[in-house]
Amino acid sequence: MFAFTAVVRRFALGLCLILFVFVFPALVAAAPIAKVQRIVTPAGIEIWYVQEPNIPVISVSLGFRGGTALDPPGKSGLANFALGLLDEGAGDLDSLAFQKAIINRAIHLNSNASRDLVSVSLQTLTRNRDEAFELLGLALGDARFEAAPVERVRGQILSVLADEERNPRNIAARTWFGDVFQDHPYAQRANGTEIAVRAITPTDLREWARGRFARDNLIVGASGDVSPDEIARLIDIALAGLPAKAYPASVPEALFPSTGATQIIRMPLMQSMVIFGLPGLKRDDDDFYAAYVMNYILGGGGFTSRLYQEVREKRGLAYSVYSYLAPLQHAALYMGGVATRNDGVAQSLDIIRAEIARLAEKSVSAEELSVAKQYLTGAFPLRLDTGSKVAGILVQMQFESLGIDYLERRNGYMEAVTLDDIGRVARRLLDPARMRIVVVGDPEDLAADGS
Amino acid sequence: MNRFSVWRAKLCAVRILFIALAISIVALSHPRASTAGPFNSEYFELDNGLQVVVIPNHRAPIVVHMMWYRAGSADDPVGKSGIAHFLEHLMFKATDKLEAGEFSRIVARNGGQENAFTSWDYTGYFQRVARDRLEIVMELEAGRIRGLVLDEEIVRPERDVILEERSARTDNQPSSLLAEQISAAQFLRHPYGTPIIGWRHEIETLNHEDALAFYRRYYAPDNAILVVAGDISAAELKPLAEKYYGVIPAAGVPPRRRPEEPPQISPRRVSFTDARVAQPSLTRSYLAPGHGTEGGDSVALQVFAEILGSKSTSRLYQALVVERPLAAWAGSSYQALALDTSRFYVYADALPGVSITEVEAAIDETIAELLLNGPSEEEVASAKGRMQDAVVYTLDNPQSVASIFGNAMSVGLSVEDIESWPDRVAAVTRERVMAAARAVLRLELSVTGILLPAEEG
Repeated sequence: MFAFTAVVRRFALGLCLILFVFVFPALVAAAPIAKVQRIVTPAGIEIWYVQEPNIPVISVSLGFRGGTALDPPGKSGLANFALGLLDEGAGDLDSLAFQKAIINRAIHLNSNASRDLVSVSLQTLTRNRDEAFELLGLALGDARFEAAPVERVRGQILSVLADEERNPRNIAARTWFGDVFQDHPYAQRANGTEIAVRAITPTDLREWARGRFARDNLIVGASGDVSPDEIARLIDIALAGLPAKAYPASVPEALFPSTGATQIIRMPLMQSMVIFGLPGLKRDDDDFYAAYVMNYILGGGGFTSRLYQEVREKRGLAYSVYSYLAPLQHAALYMGGVATRNDGVAQSLDIIRAEIARLAEKSVSAEELSVAKQYLTGAFPLRLDTGSKVAGILVQMQFESLGIDYLERRNGYMEAVTLDDIGRVARRLLDPARMRIVVVGDPEDLAADGS
Repeated sequence: MNRFSVWRAKLCAVRILFIALAISIVALSHPRASTAGPFNSEYFELDNGLQVVVIPNHRAPIVVHMMWYRAGSADDPVGKSGIAHFLEHLMFKATDKLEAGEFSRIVARNGGQENAFTSWDYTGYFQRVARDRLEIVMELEAGRIRGLVLDEEIVRPERDVILEERSARTDNQPSSLLAEQISAAQFLRHPYGTPIIGWRHEIETLNHEDALAFYRRYYAPDNAILVVAGDISAAELKPLAEKYYGVIPAAGVPPRRRPEEPPQISPRRVSFTDARVAQPSLTRSYLAPGHGTEGGDSVALQVFAEILGSKSTSRLYQALVVERPLAAWAGSSYQALALDTSRFYVYADALPGVSITEVEAAIDETIAELLLNGPSEEEVASAKGRMQDAVVYTLDNPQSVASIFGNAMSVGLSVEDIESWPDRVAAVTRERVMAAARAVLRLELSVTGILLPAEEG
């Protein structure tokens, strides 16, 4: 977002994490809503589509159910490794030929794997659409996974892993997930471990692509300046040839530890990195919207949240302090974090615990609830300002089973949240005694506890 | 994280300062040669000197509203490094009409998102709001052009916040510490050698008087650019701009004059060793002409940067990552927009087991070969084509477009300069690319920075 700037006022991570939640605040009542069309292609693929006639760009977002949590034991990092090879040669094109084909046409082909979902996105100028969709189809259905590019990408991943070994933020995150999820696949690192990445073979990669890129776990969202018939034709060019069925796979439900704990990883840093988490609630929980509004007030909302006010504005303890809901498919988390000087860690955690307890005991004021709803409903259109954002939201709506009219109904869900709802969900979620905390740095006056 | 995103994350994390301005100007190109520009921007000035740009985009009923001041960290007084950035934070505190925190509460209550940013040459503030809330944020922004109220009680905790920001952004990141050293080594006199966020020992001494002095000197309508992009036209914006901004008197802000840098006559090297570094990496910075530099050919240099190292098909990536392979990543970038001297960068991260000396030799060899024989006509044509296509994507993103205008205009470019960019890209020839590159990629104009892991044990 701030690629052109050097220093911004608010820690950008906070913004990234908010996006992670996949919740789309409701509309301003007066604002027209993007019109979502459901299209079924001649080959039978369903697309949710928003037509935008004024900009000669097509954006497509694909979701494939099942993410890094499906990486087999001993082969962690497999999904990301395979995705890294998608533009390294496919069909008749070797690595360089494929890269020239996309780069010289300014085609953007990106991919990402979360714990539960693999995402592939394509953006192209409308005039290059046929080539772009053919290349997308090749990448998904006929990637070559040749030895030279496989070794090159393996080297890049190992290089990233070596950085992660020493990176305080990464150490904190993987320690936290490892502690909370133990043997559950959610504990695995997205990039894998060095041993696992070294063990992955071209056959593993090829089988992964064959097993995951299939019609029955595919979700399609798109936005562009072409007609519904034309987007259907293009999607069929790319996707009609995919196999009908993905390889069967499932992830068990995960349990959150019943007691709190604090772990300290000692490193000689001037600022400690703190991550904390509680059990959260899933996306389809009846109280999800109440929890979303509650989190905005506690630590989710811009410069106005309670944590921001108490930790940063009043006391200057941190540049970054935040919380967010992380509803996974097989676990529900309520996460937060702060980065603060070593002599401020204990104080910051005390304040965060006290704010969590205060919200559980006394809920929020009518004024706070009103401001939160005004923000959350009013800011919705900001999520729809580019074609790629629209395409991405259309995939999330399908992934979370929110319904094709979700954009219109969303406002009502948010408006319907009452003070009682917030009080109830706060009592349910906000128990400081269950906090699992990881600190990376050299904190003063702080002891590890729990298990 | 897959390789696509690894690549982007690398760029974001490590090279953000370096690629920054290059990216926005790479986007300033267009597929057709015409007198009308691709952005359909509209421009007017108010009597008090405020420059106003409107860039219409009607996808959604929203606008981004940005106020850019021609004052950045390179305008920090000697010994007060970081004051421009510090002031940026303090601009969210009290004014003569609002209590501390009220500004942000009003923006939030109106469903708006806001932030601010500081660079060497500018400081910017923005809100993204539904179109029917535009007037509210204009009133707010107008209120803090001259109405800021500060005292030491407000300033003290925010100074601690900024020290934490410095820890997070710089002190906890060895690559940022090296970048700071490279800039400091490159500029003997010019303030581009001082970090935007400031040196820690100077940040610790900044007070409200320093912030107010900077504020009074630079924050005025005649030293600002208003950029509004989204669902609006100039005809609709002008009465609002006059109502809220037109009433603020000009302050007669004089043009900026920074100390001039003496010519660099010898290569400089810095290295930084840190236990948090996994593998060696190299970053080299060359002094380069910018868009405003007389006799410089910045457009041709942009094309060169694209050929040398902007993508995985580039010369550096192919030579160091694909063919040898010696590096996990390698590339180049050019920061074309600066009020004073610009910079051209090359960088590479060594693979495990490869010495940085080998990597550097391969970089030197790749550059030398390209300077000697030049790129092919096809490489030049496809680089120009990519730069032209990139602009179409920016049309889809009001925030990016607004940032391009604000950034370029805050270092002295005009709306016409920006809109006519495609023509200048189209006119670049292979000969001009080679001449521009040969003038800049000379070791005596460079600082080479090496980041090294601490010895094990």
